[in-house]
This record gives sequence, C-alpha cells and structure tokens, in this order.
Amino acid sequence: MMNMSKTLAAVLLLSTLAMPAMASGDAEHPPKMDWSFNGPTGTFDRPSLQRGFQVYKEVCSACHSMHLLAYRNLQDIGLTELQTKALAAQITVQDGPNDEGEMFDRPGLPSDRFKSPYPNEKAARAANGGAYPPDLSLIAKARHGGADYIHALLVGYEEPPKDFVLGKNMYYNKYFAGHQIAMPQPISDGQVTYADGTETSVDQMSKDVAQFLMWAAEPKMEARKQMGIKVMIFLAVFAGIMYAVKRKIWSNVEH
Amino acid sequence: MGSSNEKMKFDNPVIGWIDERMPIFTMLNREYGRFPTPKNFNYFWNFGALAMFMLVTMILSGLFLAMNYASHKTLAFDSVERIMRDVNYGWLLRYIHANGASMFFVTVYIHIFRGMYYGSYKKPRELLWILGVVIFLAMMATAFMGYVLPWGQMSFWGATVITNLFSAFPIIGDGIVTWLWGGFSVDNPTLNRFFALHFLLPFVIAGIVFLHIWALHVTGSNNPAGIEPQTEKDTIPFHPYYTSKDLFGLTVFLLFYSFFIFFAPNVLGHPDNYIPANPMVTPPHIVPEWYFLPFYAILRAVPDIGIPFTHIVFVGAKLAGVLAMFGAIMVWFILPWLDTSPIRSAVYRPWYRISMRVLVVAFILLGCAGYNPADATVAFAGFDTHIPWLWVARVAGLYYFGHFIVLLPLLGKYEPRVTMPPSIYDAVLAKKNKAK
Repeated sequence: MMNMSKTLAAVLLLSTLAMPAMASGDAEHPPKMDWSFNGPTGTFDRPSLQRGFQVYKEVCSACHSMHLLAYRNLQDIGLTELQTKALAAQITVQDGPNDEGEMFDRPGLPSDRFKSPYPNEKAARAANGGAYPPDLSLIAKARHGGADYIHALLVGYEEPPKDFVLGKNMYYNKYFAGHQIAMPQPISDGQVTYADGTETSVDQMSKDVAQFLMWAAEPKMEARKQMGIKVMIFLAVFAGIMYAVKRKIWSNVEH
Repeated sequence: MGSSNEKMKFDNPVIGWIDERMPIFTMLNREYGRFPTPKNFNYFWNFGALAMFMLVTMILSGLFLAMNYASHKTLAFDSVERIMRDVNYGWLLRYIHANGASMFFVTVYIHIFRGMYYGSYKKPRELLWILGVVIFLAMMATAFMGYVLPWGQMSFWGATVITNLFSAFPIIGDGIVTWLWGGFSVDNPTLNRFFALHFLLPFVIAGIVFLHIWALHVTGSNNPAGIEPQTEKDTIPFHPYYTSKDLFGLTVFLLFYSFFIFFAPNVLGHPDNYIPANPMVTPPHIVPEWYFLPFYAILRAVPDIGIPFTHIVFVGAKLAGVLAMFGAIMVWFILPWLDTSPIRSAVYRPWYRISMRVLVVAFILLGCAGYNPADATVAFAGFDTHIPWLWVARVAGLYYFGHFIVLLPLLGKYEPRVTMPPSIYDAVLAKKNKAK
C-alpha cells in the first residue's frame, strides 16, 4: 500500500507538469471568480440568472443566437409559466404546412426555441463585417475558463498598446486569444435597467450574463451535484461496510 | 472451463435438474466458487475485475445513449445536447459513458502495469497476455470512434488527424484513407460507419475478454511472488475471499469514478468539443484524449530517419512516427520472449524493479509531452526551463523502446540473483515476520 501511494503521488506530481500549457496563445488568464455555482454544493443564483437573461435578451441577442434553449426552460431560472408564455408570444414563428399546404406565421409558444437573430451563418457574417457571432447555448463549456472567461472577456476591453496594430473593424481585448476581437465592447454602464435595483455596472452585468450562460450550458448542474453528494455518502459508507466484511472473511487466513 | 465428468450435488431440485443437463452451476462453482487462487494477491489484482465492470458499464450506458443518438452530421451534435437537456437522466448517462471511457483506460493501464511488473506474461501465460494486448488495441479503436460521435470540433479534427496517419504508408496510404472515410474527407459516411463500428466493437471486446478469462482459468492467476502454487497452503477459494475483496475495491473505485461523473464531468474532455464540427475552421491545438497522449507523443517525436548531416532520408518523419507509434504497442506482443529472465516478479528482480519504475516515469512524461503543443517548452510554476517537450518525448521514447528491446534481454543475463522463498506460503510468512 505504501508503495502504491508513493507511485500515485509521483503520477500526480508529474501530471501537473503538463498543466501550464493550457493557456491559449498569449492571452491573459481570466481571474478566478467566486461564483455561487462553484464547489461540490454550489447552486445557481436565481436573481443573477434572471438579470443575466435580461442582459442577453436586451443586448446579446441582437447578434448571438441560443438555439438549444426553449422559452419553457426559463422556468428553471425562476420565471413563471405565464411569464414564459408572454416572452414566447413576443416572437413570430413560421409553422406549417397547414391543411392547405401553406406555411403560416403564428406567435411563439413556450416550447419554441429562442429565435435566432439571423436566418443562417452567411447572413450573420454579412451583417457583422465577415465575423460570425457564435451561438451562446454552450459557450460557457466551449471555452477554457468557462464563466470566468466570459466575465473577463466582457470587462477586458482596453486601449491597445502603442506598438499594437489593430486590424480594420477590430477591437483590443486583453483576454481574447491574439487580442483582436471583432465584437465591439458590447455592454456599457447603465445599459439596461434591472427591476430589482441592482447596480448596472459593466462588471455586474458581465457577472450576471456569465452566470446565465453557465446555466444555459449546464442546466442540470444542480441536480447533478445534489445526486453526487448522496452517491458519494452512500459509497463511502458502503466502502466502510465492505472493508469490514472483507476483514471478517479474511480473519481466519494467514495472508 | 468446458465440461467435466465430476458433477456437484445441489439441494435445490431445479438447480440440480438444470445442472444434470447443462452443468453450468458446477462450472460456476469450479471457476468462481472453490477456484483455488493464490492467497497473496495485493490490491493490484483488483483491476482485472474493475476493467470487466467498466466494460459492462460502457455497454449498458452506451446502449441507452444509442437509443437517443442520431448518427447524421447535421443531427449528431444537437442530439447529444438533447440527451443532456431533455432526456430523463440523459446527462447522467452521458457523463457515465464519457468519463467511463477514461475510467476503463485507468483500470486497464494499471492492469497492464501489474502484468508487466509481476511478470504475468511469462510461460505459461503468454497467450493470456497476447489476448490482453488485442483487447487493448480494440479498446483504443473503440474509444477513438466513440469520441468522434458527438461531432464537435475535437471529434472532427481528431478523426481527420488520426485517419490521415494511414496516408503515411507509401502507394496504398491514400487509398486506405479514402476507404476509411467513405469519401474524400471526414464526412457523414465516416460518422455513420464509426457509429456502427463503435456499437459492434465492444461486443468483439467482450468475446476476446471471454477468451482472456478462459486462458486465465487454464493457467490460474500469477501472484506478487511470481511463484506457482504448489500445495493447498498456497491457495484459498476464490469465493468468498476474492469476491469480498473485489467488491470492496469496486466500491472504492466507484467513489473515484463518481467524483468525475458528478463534480468534474468535463475536466477529462476538451472545451472545443462543445463547438459543433466545422470543416472550415481548424482548432489551434488538436489534442487526443488523455489515454492516447503517450502514443501521440511518440508519433510526433520521431524525426526523418536518414544519414545525419546529409539530405538523404530513408524513412520520412511521418511514416517513421506512425511505425513507432504502432510499434510501441506491437512490442508488447513479443514481450514474453524479450524478457529472458526465469524470474517472474519484480519483487525478486532488483534491476528490473528500477527499470520498470523508470518506464512508468517515461510513459507519464510522454503523456505530458503529447498534451503540450509540438513547439512548447517545459515550464512549471511560471518558470520556463527552455527544454523543448519534443526532446523530453525523444528521450522518454528512446527509453520506452530501450526498456523492452535492449534492457529486458540483457537483464535476464546479468541481473544478480536474489534468494527466493520456496513457496507462496513461505513468501506470505516472510512478509508477515518482516511486518512484525
């Protein structure tokens, strides 16, 4: 056993050697934030999720789709069924064909997915100077650093260093790989008005939208961690019992 | 296994009736009940059973995933997300399966190490060992094709890089790649055939596992002392001794596995695989799954083979790399004949014990090298040593092959002999006295 734990320690030590290369290019590491969903018992902050959704709806959704989410999913972040119905009804969805074989427009239903701002990628690129605003459904899991990175990116806009040559229609962001990003600084202080009176600084709005996007990417996280705690407790107790059983059975054997 | 004339008596008439016509209960009792097993196993001997558990877990979780998965390039990515979001406990199934692949490799790597360290591949267990290497190769193919199925960026580009390796072979290479793809690039036909093969291969593995266990039950297990059991004092019945020990080990292993499923389900994956596959955008840094990294490092470490300081090249770096990568596993097939020492266990082989430990370090260093970009240097805690990972991979890779091809044949000749206990029972007693 002694040898095995030594071996294991050596394996872990050696493996950490490989870690520093996680950094993507020359971009700065996003600062680690103290999210409510961190840790084995972490949960999402419902008021923050709702504020984050508001920022997405009023700001981000002008360019970024979230095609994996349906309006009904918003009940998970604390909206009522009526509220999701009202939100869905604001959009128009093409449906059909009807019995006459015609396509028709109808108001959205909670089961409809979030409406995308552009009909396809080509249209999105044409409207954004060739750049494609990525779908945000999974973005918090599709980038190193997750929610930390999203928050950092949104607050990471600054003037480029003197010797830095920016491309046409590009902006400088210290957390973006290569520092050149096609998205202009998307949010500014006081851009939205929160119903709960929370201050609307760029930092606060970035935190809220990062929280919202983390939920959107991993909506079952709370159920997963809650089940995980139960499973770990059960297994730890069961391992203890099995150890006792094994010792009892082996007690009459010289080994 | 197989039938034997000696049959058991059963109290239960139904079991007795069945057993008279098909002696399955007699067989089970002989192979898993009173099956005489060396009494000196350490916990390394748990990993075969754990690997078996993982195979079953992967087949079951995979079966239910397959019921909800769509193997078409326009549907695959979103169908996986539908499993994550809308299928009841779909997230649990997928995280069990995705992390299960890693756990399967953890158990099998430890199982292989155990076999090497204690000389379990030596006569009369050569065929048992070779079947194990075949299982490992089939696992690699299965895991590779499984990683392609979510059709994310790393799926797509990993598939492109790995299948392209075959183009290194002269003349037939390009033809093989087109044949593998079912077209002229990784595309819908590739995804479809990989899904079909990913579903089939686990059952092929199960078949080879059956042969592996059959061969095991002919020779019996090796043990940490590497001495064959001679008298009844050396062995104990498999049940209840090793069934209880395996169950305890399984519970501890499940704790480890569950940590990943429930609290870190994506750490062993790559964020890029949550981006849908896009043939027009290459990720800046394509890395395979962690369990392939040591072999990936060997692939990248090999330079052009030719006459130094001239432009004469006999074998290009790509072909040489591919051959070295396959060779790194092929060498395991001839391991029983490369090792010339009559002693099995490293416990009684002072030099082999050291060379095996260096081999483990070299293998892990190869893994680290494979994880880093080809041009990266070794750096830790913000301190850059300016040693290129490429050179680490070359040194570690040379040791890897040197261990098998040079050291093992020589060690058998020159390694000093250590006095060995005459039996397993004596080895157990010696260990007990030492502990006192």
